[in-house]
Amino acid sequence: MEAVKLEYTPKDFKSDQQVRWCPGCGDYAIINSLHKVMAEMGIPPHEIAVVSGIGCSSRLPYYVSSYGFHTIHGRGAAVATGVKVANPALTVWQVTGDGDCLAIGGNHFIHSVRRNIDINVLLFNNQIYGLTKGQFSPTSLKGQVSKSSPYGTIEEPFRPAELTFGARGTFFGRLLDVDLKNAQQVMLAAAEHKGTSIIECLVNCVIFNDGAHNWLAEKNTRPDKMVFLEHGKPMIYGVANDKGLILENGQLKAVTIGENGITEADILVHDARNPNPTLQWELAMMKGPEMPVALGIIRDVPAESYNDAMDKQIADIKAKSKIKCFDDLVDSLEQWEI
Amino acid sequence: MENINVEEMDNVVVLFAGDSGDGMQLTGTLFSNISAEIGNEISTFPDYPAEIRAPQGTLGGVSGFQVHIGSGKIYTPGDEADVFVAMNPAALKINIRKVKKGGTIIYDENSFQKNDLTKAGFATDNPFTELGVSETITLVPTPLTNLTQTSLEGFGLDNKDILRSKNMFALGLICWLFNRPMDKAEHFIHNKFRKKPAVLEANLKVLNDGFNYGNNLHLAISTYSIVRSDSTLPGKYTSISGNTATAYGLIAAAEKAGLQLFLGSYPITPASDIMQELALRRDLGVKVMQCEDEIAGITTAIGASFAGCLAATNTSGPGLALKSEAIGLAVMAELPLVVIDVMRGGPSTGMPTKTEQTDLLQALHGRNGESPVVVIAPGTPDDCFHYTFMASKIALEYMTPVIVLTDAFLGNGTSLWRLPKLAELPEIKPNYVPADLTGYNATTRNEDTKVRYWAVPGTEGFAYRNGGLEKDYYKGGISSDPENHQKMVETRAAKVKGVENMIPDLEIFGNENADLLIVGWGSTRGHLMSSVVSMNKKGKNVAMVHFNYINPLPRNTEEVLKKFKKVVVCELNSGQFAGYLRAEIPGLNILQYNKVQGQPFTVTELEKQFEIILK
Repeated sequence: MEAVKLEYTPKDFKSDQQVRWCPGCGDYAIINSLHKVMAEMGIPPHEIAVVSGIGCSSRLPYYVSSYGFHTIHGRGAAVATGVKVANPALTVWQVTGDGDCLAIGGNHFIHSVRRNIDINVLLFNNQIYGLTKGQFSPTSLKGQVSKSSPYGTIEEPFRPAELTFGARGTFFGRLLDVDLKNAQQVMLAAAEHKGTSIIECLVNCVIFNDGAHNWLAEKNTRPDKMVFLEHGKPMIYGVANDKGLILENGQLKAVTIGENGITEADILVHDARNPNPTLQWELAMMKGPEMPVALGIIRDVPAESYNDAMDKQIADIKAKSKIKCFDDLVDSLEQWEI
Repeated sequence: MENINVEEMDNVVVLFAGDSGDGMQLTGTLFSNISAEIGNEISTFPDYPAEIRAPQGTLGGVSGFQVHIGSGKIYTPGDEADVFVAMNPAALKINIRKVKKGGTIIYDENSFQKNDLTKAGFATDNPFTELGVSETITLVPTPLTNLTQTSLEGFGLDNKDILRSKNMFALGLICWLFNRPMDKAEHFIHNKFRKKPAVLEANLKVLNDGFNYGNNLHLAISTYSIVRSDSTLPGKYTSISGNTATAYGLIAAAEKAGLQLFLGSYPITPASDIMQELALRRDLGVKVMQCEDEIAGITTAIGASFAGCLAATNTSGPGLALKSEAIGLAVMAELPLVVIDVMRGGPSTGMPTKTEQTDLLQALHGRNGESPVVVIAPGTPDDCFHYTFMASKIALEYMTPVIVLTDAFLGNGTSLWRLPKLAELPEIKPNYVPADLTGYNATTRNEDTKVRYWAVPGTEGFAYRNGGLEKDYYKGGISSDPENHQKMVETRAAKVKGVENMIPDLEIFGNENADLLIVGWGSTRGHLMSSVVSMNKKGKNVAMVHFNYINPLPRNTEEVLKKFKKVVVCELNSGQFAGYLRAEIPGLNILQYNKVQGQPFTVTELEKQFEIILK
C-alpha cells in the first residue's frame, strides 16, 4: 500500500507522557532521533506501532504518540512479529535492550531475524541491566564488575552483529547515541529495508555503567575511532578525513592516505548489499585501538520478508481453492444425510 | 447370507488393535465413517502410544481404535468391546481386559507365531490360556497375513507393501460382520487413496477379499445388524474429531466477527492437529505461525490481537505452563485471546497421548497476581466447535483471554457433527471503541459492563499505549497508586464475572427430586450421561448436571447443587473442580469420584460407584 506522504514535525510523534529516564541517559538522544526520523518518514502516528519488552529502553513506547505496546520481558520480538504478520500495513518498531533482547529474549531475537519479519529493531546496548539496578548483561565485557559480578564476570559477551549474521539477518546497522545526524540516517535506512532491521544503538547508562562507550563517544577524537559505513561509499574516516580501510592478505587493515603510497583509490568501497556477509562481518567486529569501530549501515541485503511471503502464499492458495468461506469449507467435507 | 445368524443389537463396540504401523487408526476411522454414513450414531476413541514406532510387535507399540456404533443415542466410545480385532499378540495382551464377556476376538493367526508371542512377553504357545481369557469369548483365528498375500499376488507389490494392506482385509471382514454396504466402504477408500492409483487398487482388492472371505466361509459367529439411528435430528452430518472441530470453531468465529484469524502455535501432543488443520486453511486467509517456542506461540497471538485479529494459541498442559506469564499480559492489557489447552496426563511431560482433566486449576489460577480469565470446557468432540466459537465470541465481546479446556479424549476422539451454516451461528460484536468517543486511552471502558474499548492500530484518532504495567483507571497511564490498583483488580474481576450474563443456566438431566445428583464437567459428559441413563432404566433415581462454563459458573449453580441431598462430583483428576466448587459456594456438601489413570471413565465403574453412594 502506497501511503500518502504527509508533512509532520517531530512534535507530532511525542506523546503527552513525561519522559522518565535518568538525567544524562543515552536513551534521550535515541528517542529524539526517532521522533525526527518518524517525522521525516511521513507515516501518520496511527499507522505506526511501537512494541517493547522490559527494561529502561522498553519504556520508550509511552513516549511516542503512535500505537504502543509495552509487553513482558524478552517477548517484544515475538509480539512485534505477531503485530506485523497480522497487520502488515502497520510500520512496526521494536525497542529492546541487551538483557531483554539477548538474554531472556534471545530465542525470539534470532528467530525474528531468521524469518526476516519486516520490523525495525532498536537494540539499546549499554552492556548492563539498568532497571533491575546494575547486574551484568550478555554484552558486558568479560571481567566487568557489577552488582552480580563483584569479582568480575567470567563469561564471554555476545556481540549483536554476530548473532544477527549467524541468524542470516538481512540488515545490520550500528549507531552511537550522541552521534545524532548519523543515527537518524541509520534509522531511516532500517525503516526502508524490507525485513528485520537490527540497529545496535550504543547507549550510555549514566548510573550503572557510565562511560562504557566513552573511548568512542568523546567528541574531539571520535572521527579517528569510528568509520561510518554507507553502501557505495569509500571507507574513509578520521579527523582529517585521511584514514581508510584496505584489504591486505585477506585481512582488513587501517591505513593513512598519502602514507606508504596509499591513495584514495586503494580504499575499500562499502558493499552493504552483498549477500555474502564475510566482509560485513569483519567490519562489524572491528574494535580499537588499531581499528575503527564500524557505525552506519553495515549490511542491507534485499530479501523477501516473512509477512510478504505469508500474504503472497495466502493470495496464491486463495486463487486456486474453491473454498472461499466457512460454508464452502463445511460443504467440502465428506458428509451424509440422516 | 441366508444361513447366517443375524443378531439385532442396539449398539456394538468394535476395537481394532495392532502394531502402530498396522494402520489401525485408519481402519477404525473408515469403519466409523461407513457406519455414520448409513445412519448409525458413532463415538470413537483412538488410544495410541507416545512412541512413533516402538519396536515391532512389542507392548509399547500397540495402537488401538475403539468405535461405538448404535441405533440410539451414543454418548461414549463404550467400556468393553463386543468384537476385538487383534493383529498381534501384543495387541491382545494390552487390550484383553477391554473385551466383553460373550464377545468375539478375531485375530491374525499368522502373527501369533512363537517369535511374535515371545516379543509380547508370552511364555507359552497359548496366549489365551496364559491370559485366562474367559470361555464365553469366541475366538476366531484368521490367517490375515497369508490371505492378504494371496489376494495381492500378481500386483507387483513388495512384501512390505502387501503386509501394509492387512488392515484392509480386516476392515472388509468387519464390514461383512456388520452388514456394512461395500459401496460405502469403497467410496471412502477411493477418497483416501485417489492420488495413488496402485495403492487404491490393491486396497480395494484386499477389502473385497476380506468381505468375501467372511461371506463364503460363513464364519462361525453371528453377524450384527445395527439399524439406523432415529434419535438424531435430520440433516447433513459428518464425523469430526474434537481438534478439527476446535479449528473450525475459530474459523467460523473469525468470519462471523469479520476479523482476520491468527494462530500462534508450537507443536505439542495431543494439540498439534489444531495448528495443522488451520495451516491448511490459507484459502480462507488464516494466518498460522509455527513459532520457535510455546511462549512465542502465545505472544505472537497477543501481538496479533493488539493489531486487531481474532487471535488464538493452542497447546497442552506443559505448554500452558510456559504461556502463563503471557496470559497475564493479555489479562492486564485486556485483549481478546483464545487459549486452547488439549489436556494430557501430567505433571511435567507426564503421559503425552493419554487423557486427563488435570489442568483445571492451572487454567483458573496458574498466573501471578489477581488474574481472572474465562474458562470453558466442551463435553464432546463435536461440542468443541460450539464452545470454541463461544470462547471467541466472549473474548471479543468482553476483551479477555478465554481458556478452552479440551483433552486427548475429545481432541482425538470423533463424534457425529451436524453441519452448521454460518448464518445460524450467533452474532459476534467485538467491543470496538465508538467512533465518536473522545479522550480514549488504554483503560477507557464501557462503564456498565466494565469492558475496555478496543481501538485497532491503524484507526485514526485512537492511538494509545497499552502494556503489562498497572494503569490509571481514568487516564490510562502507568500507575502504582494503591487505591487505583485495587479498583483495577476489582474492575477486571467484575468484567469476567459479567460473562455469566451470556451463559445458559445449568439444566438438570433427570428427576429434580432424585436421590443423587451426578456432577461433571468437560469431556466426561458422555460417560456420565450413559451411566445416568442406564441407572434410571434400572429404576435408580439419579440426576445429572454437566458444566461447560467453569469460570464464571452458571448463575443457578448454587441453587442446583444445594437442591439435592447427595451430590457427587466426578472428574479425571484428584478433585480440582470439587475443590473449586467448595471455594466458590460456601457450605457446599459434596462427594467426589476421581480417577487419574490417563483413561476416560467407564460406565461400569461409574455405576458401581453410584450404587455404593446410593446405599
